[in-house]
Amino acid sequence: MSAEQNSGTISAGRLSPEELRENFCDLHPALSVHEAAVEADRCYFCYDAPCVNACPTGIDIPLFIRQIAADNPNGAAKTIFDANIFGAMCARVCPTETLCEEVCVRQVAEDKPVRIGMLQRSATDHFMETVSEHPFERAAETGKRIAVVGAGPAGLSCAHRLAMHGHRVTVFEARPKPGGLNEYGIAAYKATDDIAQAEVQWLLGIGGITIETGKALGRDIHLKSLAADYDAVFLGMGLAGVNALTAEGADSAGSSDAVGWIADLRQTTDLSEVPVGDRVVVIGGGMTAIDAAVQAKNLGAGEVTIAYRRGKDAMSASDYEQEVAATRGVHLRYNLQPKRIHADNGDVTGITFERTASDGNSRLSATGEEVTLEADQIFKAIGQNFVPDSVSAEGAALDLDGGRIVVDDERRTSMNMVWAGGDCIAGGEDLTVVAVEDGKIAAESIHAALGA
Amino acid sequence: MADLSTNFLGIKSPNPFWLASAPPTDKQYNVERAFAAGWGGVVWKTLGEAGPPVVNVNGPRYGAIHGADRRLLGLNNIELITDRDLEVNLREMTETKKNWPNRVIIASLMVPCEEGAWKAILKRVEETGCDGVELNFGCPHGMSERGMGSAVGQVPEYIEMVARWCKENTDLPVIVKLTPNITDIRKPAEAAKRGGADAVSLINTINSITAIDLDNFAPEPTIDGKGSHGGYCGPAVKPIALSMVSEIARNPATHGLPISGIGGITTWRDAAEFIALGCGTVQVCTAAMTYGFHIVQEMIAGLSNYMDEKGYASIEDFRGAAVPNVTDWQYLNLNYVTKARIDQDLCIKCGRCHIACEDTSHQAITHLVDGVRHFEVIDEECVGCNLCVNVCPVENCITMEQIAGIDPRTGKPADADYANWTTHPNNPAAPKEAAE
Ligand SMILES: Cc1cc2nc3c(=O)[nH]c(=O)nc-3n(C[C@H](O)[C@H](O)[C@H](O)COP(=O)(O)OP(=O)(O)OC[C@H]3O[C@@H](n4cnc5c(N)ncnc54)[C@H](O)[C@@H]3O)c2cc1C
Ligand SMILES: Cc1cc2nc3c(=O)[nH]c(=O)nc-3n(C[C@H](O)[C@H](O)[C@H](O)COP(=O)(O)O)c2cc1C
Ligand code: SF4
Ligand code: SF4
Ligand code: SF4
Repeated sequence: MSAEQNSGTISAGRLSPEELRENFCDLHPALSVHEAAVEADRCYFCYDAPCVNACPTGIDIPLFIRQIAADNPNGAAKTIFDANIFGAMCARVCPTETLCEEVCVRQVAEDKPVRIGMLQRSATDHFMETVSEHPFERAAETGKRIAVVGAGPAGLSCAHRLAMHGHRVTVFEARPKPGGLNEYGIAAYKATDDIAQAEVQWLLGIGGITIETGKALGRDIHLKSLAADYDAVFLGMGLAGVNALTAEGADSAGSSDAVGWIADLRQTTDLSEVPVGDRVVVIGGGMTAIDAAVQAKNLGAGEVTIAYRRGKDAMSASDYEQEVAATRGVHLRYNLQPKRIHADNGDVTGITFERTASDGNSRLSATGEEVTLEADQIFKAIGQNFVPDSVSAEGAALDLDGGRIVVDDERRTSMNMVWAGGDCIAGGEDLTVVAVEDGKIAAESIHAALGA
Repeated sequence: MADLSTNFLGIKSPNPFWLASAPPTDKQYNVERAFAAGWGGVVWKTLGEAGPPVVNVNGPRYGAIHGADRRLLGLNNIELITDRDLEVNLREMTETKKNWPNRVIIASLMVPCEEGAWKAILKRVEETGCDGVELNFGCPHGMSERGMGSAVGQVPEYIEMVARWCKENTDLPVIVKLTPNITDIRKPAEAAKRGGADAVSLINTINSITAIDLDNFAPEPTIDGKGSHGGYCGPAVKPIALSMVSEIARNPATHGLPISGIGGITTWRDAAEFIALGCGTVQVCTAAMTYGFHIVQEMIAGLSNYMDEKGYASIEDFRGAAVPNVTDWQYLNLNYVTKARIDQDLCIKCGRCHIACEDTSHQAITHLVDGVRHFEVIDEECVGCNLCVNVCPVENCITMEQIAGIDPRTGKPADADYANWTTHPNNPAAPKEAAE
C-alpha cells in the first residue's frame, strides 16, 4: 500500500515490515569495542568532574570511563550500577546533551563532549551480555517490610536499594507489566530489544522484591492500610493523568493523547498494526511531543508537524531532540496556540491556531492572527498530571503542590513513614534518571529511619 | 630553500635521512622503493658470515605498546640479522648501488669476534661499491647469546679491538653502532674512537619485554608458550637515545666524533633534535615500519621549512647547536625562579593541574575560589616544577614564567646573579667562606 492511497485517513500498515524495522532500529547503534576505547581515551579524568556533578545520580563518570579505557568494561558497569541501577536504560534515554555532556570540559573546550552516554551504554551492555550473576549482594535479612507503589524507575530503584539493605519489598503496580514509562512511554527506537523488561528482570535478581501487577492504589490497595501493614511506604506512581487540552473540538475522533498512543505503540508486537494519520499534528513542546511526532513519521505518516505555543528556546525538548525530529522530516512550528479542531462527521480535518508572541519575560500574548493546518490526526502532548485521586481518595494527609506530592530533601512526604519520588513529586524534572535518584535517596532515608 | 645535503665521513647524501639496518633494508626490492620514496641512504640489514644464514623464529617476532587510537608508541622485536644468503645480499647491494649512485648504502656487519672473520667479510662488501660499513655491536637478543651484537658492545675492550681490525683491513669509513644496554654510554664510544672508528651510530634497541599475557603467563611475543626479551625501539625510546647522544657529544674524550643518530625518529622535529645534538645523519626504522617509506617526505619538507624559517642554509648551520647547553645538574642556575601561570581564557577547568599539584606536589593550585570552580596558582607555594604544565590537556594554557624581585615562597630575591649548587651553602662540598 502506498501512502498516496492512504492519504486523508488514519490507517495502519503504511510501510513495509522492512521499512518499519529500519525506522525503528536503535537511534544510536552501540559503539564498537575500538570506538569505545578511542572515545574513552578522550576523557581527561577531571578532578571534581563537572559531568559527575551534572549527573542526577552522581555516577563516577571519569572512573567508569577510565575502566573502559583500561579494558575492564564490567568493572565500569559496576561503577555505574553502584550509583544508578537503571544505568542501562539511562544510557539510552538520558538527554545527555542537557546533563553530563553539556558540562563536559571538552564540550566547553571544543563543542565535542566525551560521549558519556554511549560509553555508559557500551559498559552496561557488555555487562548484561557477559555476566549472569546480579552485581549486588543482599545484606542479611532485616525482617522489615516495605510497600512500594508503582513499578517505574522511581519505585524499582527504591525497591532495589532497600532489598540490598536486607529489607523485603512488595511493589504494587496498576498496569499488567512493570517498568513504568520505560515500558510504556520511552520512544521505541531508544528502547529496542525489549530492554525495559530485560532490565526489570535483571534488577530483580537481587532478591527480596515481589512485584504484584494489576494492583492499583486507590482501587485495590489503600494508603492507610499500606502504612499500617508495612514498616514504610514509597510512592512512585508517576503522572497518571494527562493535561486536558482547552481547545474546542478536542474530543473528536482522531484527536488523542500522545502518551496513550505511544503506550499502544510500545506494546504492539507488530508495528504495521499501529494506525497513524497521513497529516499529523502534534501539540506540545516536550519529549513526548517529539517522540510522538518522530514515531508517527517512522510509521509512514506523510506530513508531521509539531506545533508549540512558545518560541524555540522555551521548548523543553532539547536542541538535540528537536534536531532528531527535524532530520526525520518533522516540521517544527513555534508560537502556535491551539484554538479550534475542525471535524467532519466526528473525524478530524484540521486545526486552527492563533499565533502568539512572547515578550522578554516569557509571557505569552495572542496576536489574533490565525493559522490553520490540515490534519487527519492530532496528538496532544501538553504535559501530564499527577492524578492525586489514588491518594486523596484515601483521605490521607498528603500535602500536594500543583497537584504533585510535596517531599523534603530525603523524599519524605508529609505523612509519617511515607516517602515519594519520581514524576509524582513536586519540583520533579520528569526524567528517568531523576526518578532513579529519588528512589535511591528515599531508600537510604527509609533504611536510616528503620535502623533507628 | 635550505640545502639538506650532508657529507658524513666523506659520504655524500642528498638528505640526512637514512633507513636504519632492519627489515626495511633487507632486500633490493625494499631499498629501491625507499630510494624512490626519497630516502638519502640506507644501512643494509646486518650481514653475517658466509655459509648457512641464521634462521629466525617462525612465530610472531614483534611486541608493541600502543597509545590512544592504537598509535604505535613502542615496538619490540626478536628478529636476528639477515636470514638471507650472504651472496644474495651482496649481489643485490651491488646492483642497487649501481642503480642509485647518488644514494648511500652502508653495509652493516656482524661476524664472530675473530680478526679473520672480519677481514673476510670486509673484502666481500668492498666489492659491492657500498659507501661504508657499520659494525653492529648492538643487537640485544639472540645474536648476543652467541657472543656477538650487544655481547661485544657491552665490553669496551672488544669494541676497540674489532674497530681496529676493521680499520686495518678496509679503507671504507667505519661506523660503530652502539648498544644502549649499558650503564655509561661514554665508555663504548671512547673505545670505538680509540680503535680508530670514524663515527658511532646509536642507539640500537633496548632490552625489553612489552607485555605479559595474563592468560598464559608468558611474555609477548609468545612462541609456543615461551617468550624471550627483545629489542625496544620506536617513539618511546627517543628520550633515551637523545640523552645518550648528548653524553657522547659533550664528553671531552669523544666531542666532535661524528654521530649518526638513531632511536624513535618519527618526524622532522625528532630528526632536527638529534642534529642539534651534533648528529650528522639520522637513521629511522620503526616509523618506516609503521607508516611506510612515504613519511620521508614529511621529514624532508618539515626540516627544510624549519631551516628556512630560521635562516639556516645548511644542516651544518645548526648541527650541534644544543650541545653547549647540555650541562650537569650542579651547574644549573638556582637563582632562576619560575612560577606557573594559568591562562584563564584557555583553561577548560578540568582540574588536573590542581589534583596533580594537590595530591602529589606542592598544594599550589586552587580548586574553588569563593565557592566557584577556579584554578589559579598560589605563588607562595609554587616551586616552579612545571608538573601542572605537563598534565594540563590544553597546550600553552599553563606556562612557566620567570619572576623578578622576591620569591613569595622563599622570601628570597629571585633575580640575583647566577649561582649554582657548587657554591651553595647547603652543599657540604662547596668551598666555605674563610671567615666561617
Ligand atoms: C512519551 C514519553 C517519553 C519520555 N522520554 C524520556 C526520555 O527520553 N528520557 C527521559 O529521561 N525521560 C523521558 N520521559 C520521562 C520519564 O519516562 C519519566 O520521568 C520517568 O519514567 C518517571 O519515572 P516514575 O517512576 O516516576 O514514573 P513512571 O515511569 O510513570 O512509573 C509509574 C508507575 O506507577 C504505576 N502507577 C500509576 N498509578 C498507580 C496506582 N494508583 N497504583 C499502582 N501503580 C500505579 C504506573 O503504571 C507506572 O508503572 C518520557 C516520558 C514520556 C511520557
Ligand atoms: C625488526 C627489527 C630488526 C632490526 N634488525 C637490526 C639489525 O639487523 N641490525 C641492526 O644494527 N639493527 C637492527 N635493528 C635496530 C634498528 O636498526 C634501530 O637501531 C632501532 O630500531 C632504533 O630505531 P627506531 O626507533 O627508529 O626503530 C632492528 C630493529 C627492528 C625493529
Ligand atoms: S567532564 Fe568530560 S572529560 Fe571531564 S571527566 Fe567528565 S567526561 Fe571526562
Ligand atoms: S609548577 Fe609545580 S608547584 Fe607550581 S603550581 Fe605547577 S605543579 Fe604546583
Ligand atoms: S589542567 Fe589546564 S585546563 Fe585543566 S584546570 Fe588546570 S589549567 Fe585549566
